[in-house]
Amino acid sequence: MPNEVASAKPGTNFDVVGALKDAGLAALIAFGLFSLILGLRTEQDQISQQLALIPRPLLLAGAVAVVFAGRFLVALLVRRGGMIDPGALLPHRLTAKLDRLGRFLAPALLAFAIATPFLFYSNRYLLDLGILVLTYVMLGWGLNVVVGLAGLLDLGYVAFYAVGAYSYALIAQHFGLSFWICLPLAGIFAAFWGVLLGFPVLRLRGDYLAIVTLAFGEIIRLVIINWSSLTGGPNGIASIPRPSFFGIPFTDDEHGFAAFFGLEFSSTHRVVFLFYVILALALLTNYATLRLRRLPIGRAWEALREDEIACRSLGINTTHTKLTAFAIGAMIGGIAGSFFATRQGFISPESFVFMESALVLAIVVLGGMGSQLGVAIAALVMIGGFELFRGFEQFRMLVFGVVMVAIMVWRPRGLIANRTPSVFLEQRKVIPAALVEKARR
Amino acid sequence: MSAPLLSIRGVKTFYGNIMALAGVDLDVCEGEIVTLIGANGAGKSTLMMTICGTPQAREGTILFEGRDITRLPTHEIIRSHIAQAPEGRRIFPRMTVYENLQLGAAVTGFAHFDQDLKRVFTLFPTLAERREQRGGTLSGGEQQMLSIGRALMSRPRLLLLDEPSLGLAPLLVQQIFEAIRNLNEREGLAIFLVEQNAHHALKLAHRGYVLVNGLITLEGAGRELLERPEVREAYLDGGRRRTEQAR
Ligand SMILES: Nc1ncnc2c1ncn2[C@@H]1O[C@H](COP(=O)(O)OP(=O)(O)OP(=O)(O)O)[C@@H](O)[C@H]1O
Ligand SMILES: [Mg+2]
Repeated sequence: MPNEVASAKPGTNFDVVGALKDAGLAALIAFGLFSLILGLRTEQDQISQQLALIPRPLLLAGAVAVVFAGRFLVALLVRRGGMIDPGALLPHRLTAKLDRLGRFLAPALLAFAIATPFLFYSNRYLLDLGILVLTYVMLGWGLNVVVGLAGLLDLGYVAFYAVGAYSYALIAQHFGLSFWICLPLAGIFAAFWGVLLGFPVLRLRGDYLAIVTLAFGEIIRLVIINWSSLTGGPNGIASIPRPSFFGIPFTDDEHGFAAFFGLEFSSTHRVVFLFYVILALALLTNYATLRLRRLPIGRAWEALREDEIACRSLGINTTHTKLTAFAIGAMIGGIAGSFFATRQGFISPESFVFMESALVLAIVVLGGMGSQLGVAIAALVMIGGFELFRGFEQFRMLVFGVVMVAIMVWRPRGLIANRTPSVFLEQRKVIPAALVEKARR
Repeated sequence: MSAPLLSIRGVKTFYGNIMALAGVDLDVCEGEIVTLIGANGAGKSTLMMTICGTPQAREGTILFEGRDITRLPTHEIIRSHIAQAPEGRRIFPRMTVYENLQLGAAVTGFAHFDQDLKRVFTLFPTLAERREQRGGTLSGGEQQMLSIGRALMSRPRLLLLDEPSLGLAPLLVQQIFEAIRNLNEREGLAIFLVEQNAHHALKLAHRGYVLVNGLITLEGAGRELLERPEVREAYLDGGRRRTEQAR
């Protein structure tokens, strides 16, 4: 088609015919996709209890029309040169600003997090949501060690979350140990499982590693379901001891937290306390990760992500490096899991499905692999967004998917993609600076 | 001559069932530059990697300073003061020059980091200027300098260089070879050099080996090999005629 070739050249006028063709094709695909998803609806007849198919031609036509119009516009306005340039879709300056904002964003977010229980003291729902977000921030930071720093794609992270939760529930129930003793124990258990997973997958990378870790996550869940005598099987474990304020329970009697501090009893006290606990745990995770990144082991993780062969030829023990990444990531997941258990008071295998792993991984990837702040923002956006669209029910996942695709098109390396070089051994800066001078002379 | 620093005897290396090295004997002595030349796919890089233990030799022995390192894991071999600038440079692209050099010093525990950094920066002043630049954005020649510099950070007693001149302009090749000569003459560092650039390499080296299909077919002093008709024919004349034509 010679005229199409000519009109596809950049700089020529709008190629209406080409765009129409393109939009027609897109509409056809949309029709094929949506005809079953939107075009038909099954409903159970109340009387005869039979399933009835209800066609929804208008909805279908509307969806197809939207796709047609959208594609037509994109083809006409953006695609004149051939490929779509994702950068052109969104303002460039915004991206640059986001990078600069990062510096102020972290302290602002932290201040907001600390102030949240005061700001929303009466809003129990928001406090609960805050705890949920922070749990995912912590999980994201934990997985970030494995995926973002060490570059080991782990699709079964929820396994460690589960191990931590069940460890806490079982230890607390059977041995009556307090939350603060169980917490590190659960972390250690999870780390142990992390190493256990690490050994067989030492030689694997990329896709293969992902599949094995995925299987590992499922295995743990199936073991939990089937080992009923220990874990309660599908029924889960109920009445898990709730946390106390360093020994003072949150109860409505003279030994309770409220009475001790001369306050009026309120169930919000415990929620606020839990909020600060998870905030502290998350911050501790962040601090530890940042510290580790500056130590040789953290540097080795990043080197491993970049080039395993080079790592080996520099004398870095890759076995050791991988196992510590798995162990530390798992430990963080386990601690988050035991927090989850004490907050819920009830756990069952249903809380530890693959979807959770996928969600945490999405948080890490969207946040920009390896970026602490990015992960925190992604967790806030994802979990918060999830709640925001709760009213849309079935469309929630759709919106979610669209947002994810949009972010990946717009910022393929995640929200905060820049890796800040982490210079350790601070004082070394001085001497090489003098050397730079010498070299220039 | 005293006992060699590195002594390779009857080494056979396999990739699956394919034999890449068919019994190699080779020595590198204290203070020597030894070069290994050979056609593409002869097994030069394989020999380098076998010295470092990935893959391990299936047969034969490799002694370094009299110690058998054939079956040691790679990181222990590197810890016994062998360093490698591997084929394709393999620097860490998203890390800065400084961070790359830090990783090179990982095995030393940073005991004499400042001194070593200074030494590398004196050898390659460009690296000092580009300290905070990301490795991936360096030019090919700078990346090669970084790769060599990174290897030097571990204070090796034997330096393995796999095709350091690959893809570099003649001027840069000279600069790199000059640096290699300097290291050897001033510090007495033993260097084992794999090269396609046979003419330069043989002129620089004290001794040379020719590897053909996983076997050493010739060995001798560098200049002596340079004059051998079979070497000239296979690795030199063709190349020179081509460069002359280019002029
Ligand atoms: N990982 C591997 N798996 C299987 N075969 C390999 C592997 N690496 C190298 N080989 C084979 O081993 C032989 C020797 O390869 P090697 O890389 O050592 O050659 P070389 O002499 O370094 O060549 P060049 O000059 O092109 O770098 C080649 O036939 C190559 O195909
Ligand atoms: Mg090679």
